[in-house]
Amino acid sequence: MQLGFLVDLHLCMGCKGCEIACKVENEVPLSTWRLRVKYVDVGTFPETKRTFTPLRCNHCENAPCERICPVSALHYLDNGIVNIDKERCIGCAGCVMACPYGAIYIDPQTQTADKCTYCAHRIASSMMPACVVACPVQANIFGDLDDPKSNISKYIMKNQGGVQVRKPEKGTNPHHFYVGGGNVNLNPLASQRVDGHQLFNKITTLPVGGHH
Amino acid sequence: MAAHEILAATNAIVTLDVALPGTVWPWLVTVNMWAKSIGTGVIFMLFLLLKKYPDQAGKLRFPTTIVSIIFIHIFLLFTLADLHQPFRMWHIFFYPHLTSAITVGAWMATVFVGLLFLLAFLSFIKKDDAAFDKVLVWVVALAVPVTLYTAALMSQCTARELWQMPTESAQMIFAALLSGSAFMILVFGGKLSWEANRSMSNILALSAFMSFILYMSEYVFGPMKAEEVAAVLEYIKGDGPYTVMFWLGQWIAYLLPILLIVLSRSSKSASILKLAAILALVGLFLVKHVWLMIPQLLPMS
Repeated sequence: MQLGFLVDLHLCMGCKGCEIACKVENEVPLSTWRLRVKYVDVGTFPETKRTFTPLRCNHCENAPCERICPVSALHYLDNGIVNIDKERCIGCAGCVMACPYGAIYIDPQTQTADKCTYCAHRIASSMMPACVVACPVQANIFGDLDDPKSNISKYIMKNQGGVQVRKPEKGTNPHHFYVGGGNVNLNPLASQRVDGHQLFNKITTLPVGGHH
Repeated sequence: MAAHEILAATNAIVTLDVALPGTVWPWLVTVNMWAKSIGTGVIFMLFLLLKKYPDQAGKLRFPTTIVSIIFIHIFLLFTLADLHQPFRMWHIFFYPHLTSAITVGAWMATVFVGLLFLLAFLSFIKKDDAAFDKVLVWVVALAVPVTLYTAALMSQCTARELWQMPTESAQMIFAALLSGSAFMILVFGGKLSWEANRSMSNILALSAFMSFILYMSEYVFGPMKAEEVAAVLEYIKGDGPYTVMFWLGQWIAYLLPILLIVLSRSSKSASILKLAAILALVGLFLVKHVWLMIPQLLPMS
């Protein structure tokens, strides 16, 4: 079994339901996120478009975070999920530095690394990840990539040529795919990040783990 | 914001996102790298001096070992201080993951410290120079990977394109040679002949020159190789946040010491050499700090 994710960006409407569901399900502390939806506006008024991109751990086949972790706190599960053992983590932040997708954070409460686990605890009980359940338009497609009859496999086959991953040049072989994405969605260097991009405040960076 | 090119036709702007994490590895890691460079560098220099100037260097066996022990412990202390869970450090030894440069480095540094204490024992308690010199060969051999493992760690940071192998390895080794020779000139220069001081200054100047070439090569040619490197190097170009510190570092660590060493050739001035050594040690900290910080400024997602 090789679990994977696919987000159809044609369907995503940026409601952030997945973001909130993830926060609640995994009790993600304030100022940290396992899953977030980034808005990028493209074009010049009046010819403009807003794009929405849910960003989470890519559960790479060749995960830099797993490789750099000195104590195997980050490890592969048999179903392909890159999981984390917070009791073992020493908080060296090597994984945060290694992840090309910025998907790992230091939990300010436990002072250990944390990230999306595809809701491994729910998977173990044969439930879908919280973000999949919350999505009102079924933009999140989750399933077994090894099973040709799974929804995700069918989706990938149907959209052959249009399925993308983030930063393929890094050689991480992500198990997280996007359909309908462009450079502005998937490449952080393709968009400007100006001060005040947050809706509710002007905080653009936060201290890692709440200190240092 | 990185000053990378945005197509005017696209004009893509992030309009809503969460706050991203700030600096992940702070100045504590700079101290870590800087202190380790000195800790291993002085061992390289002691070995060299014992081979070339055994009569003068004999009395440096114990003090150099103590200097190395002190700086390796500064390195270890700051490594520990940087951990968010420092009391779990023992996990590295009981749950080791050997693909990680952190694990391998921690094991090697531990053995290195043990050997340094053995050297101290042989020189201070046993006063056995022959045994000291035999063990020193192994300590020097181990000092090489202990110096290099941080480069391996940085290259394992797949997200940070700027930190590449083998450039990082070369930079680490040159940093150890530079800081080791500078420290020997500064602290033990008075106990050595002008010839021995000159040998140390040659190593200092050469390693400074090679390091400068490496940084300039990255500065000029790095942006031609990868989009990420180009974006990162914008932080040290123009009015970038680290431009001043970068050039200060290059001048203080490399260019000024080279000039001063050349100047000292005619005057045979030990004071000029000491000034070059101080500048090299201070400048190295700046150079290391800039190179550590700038890739962390770039948003990863």
